Amino acid sequence: MSGATLLQVRDLKVHFPVRTGGVLFGRYTPLRAVDGVSLDLKAGETLGIVGESGCGKSTLGRAILQLAAATDGAVSWLGRPLKDASGGDLHALRREMQVVFQDPLASLDPRMTAGDIIAEPLCNFHPALSQNERTRRVQDMMAKVGLLPSMINRYPHEFSGGQCQRIGIARAMILKPKLVVCDEPVSALDVSIRAQVVNLLMELQREFGLSLIFISHDLAVVRHISHRVMVLYLGRVMETAARDALYARPLHPYTQALLAAVPIPDPVQQRAKRAVILAGDPPSPLSPPSGCVFRTRCPHATDVCAEKVPQLESAHTDHEVACHHWRRISALD
Amino acid sequence: MNTAPLLAIENLNVRFATGDGHVRAVSDLSLSIAPGECLGVVGESGSGKSQTFMAALGLLAENGAARGRAPFHGDDLLTLDEARFSTIRGNKIAMVFQDPMTSLTPHMTIGQQLSEVLVHHRRVSNARAWGDAVAMLKRVQVPDAERRMTMYPHELSGGLRQRVMIAMALLCAPELLIADEPTTALDVTVQAQILDLLREIKETLHTAIVLITHDLGVIAGLADRVAVMYAGRVVESGTADQIFSAPGHPYTRGLLACTPRLDEPATAALSTIPGQPPNLERLPLGCAFAPRCPYVLDACHAGVPPLRPIGGGQMKACIRDDLTVGA
Repeated sequence: MSGATLLQVRDLKVHFPVRTGGVLFGRYTPLRAVDGVSLDLKAGETLGIVGESGCGKSTLGRAILQLAAATDGAVSWLGRPLKDASGGDLHALRREMQVVFQDPLASLDPRMTAGDIIAEPLCNFHPALSQNERTRRVQDMMAKVGLLPSMINRYPHEFSGGQCQRIGIARAMILKPKLVVCDEPVSALDVSIRAQVVNLLMELQREFGLSLIFISHDLAVVRHISHRVMVLYLGRVMETAARDALYARPLHPYTQALLAAVPIPDPVQQRAKRAVILAGDPPSPLSPPSGCVFRTRCPHATDVCAEKVPQLESAHTDHEVACHHWRRISALD
Repeated sequence: MNTAPLLAIENLNVRFATGDGHVRAVSDLSLSIAPGECLGVVGESGSGKSQTFMAALGLLAENGAARGRAPFHGDDLLTLDEARFSTIRGNKIAMVFQDPMTSLTPHMTIGQQLSEVLVHHRRVSNARAWGDAVAMLKRVQVPDAERRMTMYPHELSGGLRQRVMIAMALLCAPELLIADEPTTALDVTVQAQILDLLREIKETLHTAIVLITHDLGVIAGLADRVAVMYAGRVVESGTADQIFSAPGHPYTRGLLACTPRLDEPATAALSTIPGQPPNLERLPLGCAFAPRCPYVLDACHAGVPPLRPIGGGQMKACIRDDLTVGA
């Protein structure tokens, strides 16, 4: 990937005030959903963001899209900081950044036809288009995403889950955006439909040269679609690397545990693998552990992990890890 | 396994009445579970994998009707009255569902819910039930078990709630545990813990387990035998090794091929099964998979192919014999 940097995120924080300890005497505690995330995304690149529920991956996506207010940090689009962007600038930006949500049916207005849903961004941004031209573009896009153009007047409930997700993708793609944030786009789909939608996203990316941020908890799907992968835990980046490096040589103990936990559809391998299971659940983001947020579940944690927050450091070219002990751990294998 | 089955399901048909006609959720389905074995039931949404066991447990929705037989220790579960059923359900056959939050009562503590099961089925004293419940929570590795007993479901994490559900299911030492997507709502590291727990239960308590899931990876390490369902029918069954290493039915092959695997190199495009799962209100006359099948013949549309043996105890519902492994 040698494209220009499209999106730059620096030390982004999204904190939500949450009332703890009762209505009368309680006080607001910040929930650090995203806590100091930086990333760069080039044109035509796919960044996979993985992590378990509550790790902040969806909030990060929303903050990038300016759908959630950042507490601190900077997001720049093509070199321009978005913090000071006016309403008009943001409106223009929406044409270039689109989103595909997890629940295909819930993210479509049940009272609008598939054609109206897909045409809505066109109506917003190209109001001067004639009715015929709009219909032509909608039907072209329907064909591209694998929907029959003759279904343009059907309502969402008349489509299956996979087809609804195709409508959502068509709506996101119709303005030819530069970036599409996909938030768990295949999690609600059946296995046989999931592969179809992943392939469709990859084809559209190649055809339009767009960048994708692919947010998912499914490590196998993320490996398939991503060029680079970022691993989040309790709102912090644990590790980020080029796809093959991350999957072949994960450096962070959390990444290693995540990869080891993915079940493999092979009885022989799956029966043999019994170890490396992380104990416990992720801690509450309202009271994250001191130092390294992963230390309470980490098999390699020592005293220093409770005292100092590990900074993201460059381990190899294009491979960063936030762990005090990554050298010692990689010497173990 | 040549032992007599613990539970058999014979020629089960399940229909749901709908506004305009009816839906055939399960058609002519036969299965059996031997004592102590783990049967994996795999299928996508609408394949009938859950409704098969809801029917066997008398838990179908109001508009559902089941025909067939389900012999279990001399009783036919499909004809049992509710009084007799309540001595079996939760006692000899226990269930764990996908969402532990909606399966637990929100206004009762974990301790109340667990001891209620023992007081009801075993007629033991409250004190004894409480003690046994704590012991079972420890058995399924719930940390800090005494304190958890006084907590409400919303105070526990998803993984802990599922452990509580499994503890509740195991309280009466059931012979059969039916787990319907027990890990689908959980994170991957927590899923691995729960799968490990189920495996341990199978090995140490010799409880037979039916593991219903859409995820082939989940059953791979646990199931002795696997039944693959499509459109309300079993389309293939066999040992786990047969199903994963020599799948005979084109649907099983397609399902395996379209699942991306971390142990294989990433490919440019995922292999896919074209088309959509069938509409159960308008099933085709012939094989329900025929419209999506790469190996389809004219004869496939003529009638529903019966499940037939293809060697080594493996069965498939497909008329083609010339599909070689790996093709």
